[in-house]
Amino acid sequence: MKVLIPSALRSYTEQAYAEAGGDTLAAVLAELDRCYPGIRFRMIDEQNRIRPHIRFFIDGEQVFDLARRLDGVQELVIVQALSGG
Amino acid sequence: MASEIDTGAAQRGPGTVLLLVATRKGAWLYRGDATRQHWRVDGPHFLGHIINHLVLDPRDGRTLLAAAKTGHLGPTVFRSTDLGRSWQEAARPPAFAPAPEGQGGRSVDHTFWLTPGHADQPGVWYAGTSPQGLFRSEDGGVSWAPFSPINDDPQYRKWMGTVQDGTPDGPKLHSIIVDPRDAEHLYFAMSGGGVHESGDGGRSFAPLLSGIEVVEGFDGSDPTFHDPHCVRLCPTNPDRLYQQNHCGIYRLDRPSDTWRRIGRAMPAEVGDIGFPMVVHPRDANAVWVFPMDGTSVWPRTSPGGKPAVYGTRDGGESWQRLDAGLPAEQAWWTVKRQAMTADSADPVGLYFGTTSGELWMSGDEGRQWTRIAAHLPEIYAVEVAMGVEGAS
Repeated sequence: MKVLIPSALRSYTEQAYAEAGGDTLAAVLAELDRCYPGIRFRMIDEQNRIRPHIRFFIDGEQVFDLARRLDGVQELVIVQALSGG
Repeated sequence: MASEIDTGAAQRGPGTVLLLVATRKGAWLYRGDATRQHWRVDGPHFLGHIINHLVLDPRDGRTLLAAAKTGHLGPTVFRSTDLGRSWQEAARPPAFAPAPEGQGGRSVDHTFWLTPGHADQPGVWYAGTSPQGLFRSEDGGVSWAPFSPINDDPQYRKWMGTVQDGTPDGPKLHSIIVDPRDAEHLYFAMSGGGVHESGDGGRSFAPLLSGIEVVEGFDGSDPTFHDPHCVRLCPTNPDRLYQQNHCGIYRLDRPSDTWRRIGRAMPAEVGDIGFPMVVHPRDANAVWVFPMDGTSVWPRTSPGGKPAVYGTRDGGESWQRLDAGLPAEQAWWTVKRQAMTADSADPVGLYFGTTSGELWMSGDEGRQWTRIAAHLPEIYAVEVAMGVEGAS
């Protein structure tokens, strides 16, 4: 599926969109990390928790569960939620 | 992005001094010539990243490690093997072990402190994190793993306290020290949580607290209530340690395990609270500190708005104010624990970076100060290396 990468993470992808597949959000993020080593840890901590300022939207719906299945999903949007200076 | 800065009129010489400046918004390298009066700035590197520490490996003279994160992304470590011309990210940055299912584990918010390993262990590095954790790399900082049992030891976890018990931007593990005579002999400090020592290469640690005062009303026998700000070992006398603590300035001469409060000799109106502490590279009796206002609500500014370094030449029996060239008044900045350092020249060059983004140096061991740079972001750390090939 198409994955929109936030500007803060484009040092990894060098482009706004990446392609990654997987049955779940966790699988897509693992695939992204295989293509762009290190990118997952900037979003997901070592306890498998989504970091505070990272948000995921699948076809417009915000999801918080890494195990969420992505059957039929066309697009994953990763948002870096800006807050504070 | 390089430009020239002149702070004096001496003849230009070959580049021999490399200043590594880590800030809240990126890193800068300042390359100085032999006179230490002409500086060429190289940066920013990692603009917008919070860089807590930028350290050169003294064993190869070319590998740099930068402890980095941004306000919105997780922490990482960047490496350069060509003195900052190019950078690569660590394959496995410091991270705590995953917690058992159903238990909330800790995650590294940022790597705070980097220490190269013993001279006989090339490639070994140590890292201290917030929340407090101790990590080690054996491949020059490419991959990191939790080191020693302390990260998950119930007793140590109790002494570390919670995130709420730490400094304003998180509790820190810092001042990781490797005895130059013995790679198995290690120290580290925690704010809060006290100073700890290992004689077995980190397989076990024990507190080293005797003689250290704590805030009135708390139990000094409990490491939880100890707040070492910076601990330094004397290169010429590794049996001597100095410590700038939340509650004063101390000296420890091994094999004694009792610290002595040498800050009592500081002027009462200045006090002996501060963060950084720097030792002379060749004289174990010479030390410098940067006092700050630790009264009332802890303003964390220069006392009275009049910044000064204080130095001792007799191991802390007496202190001299060293403020020539620094602002005489209305300067409300201070210096963080990693943001002051000394080079190995003769006379020794001293350097510090301020919370207001100014970089200062003295080429005569503190007698006269000159500003190298202003308008940088808040400076978190300053390190210096001499005689680095290719630094100029």
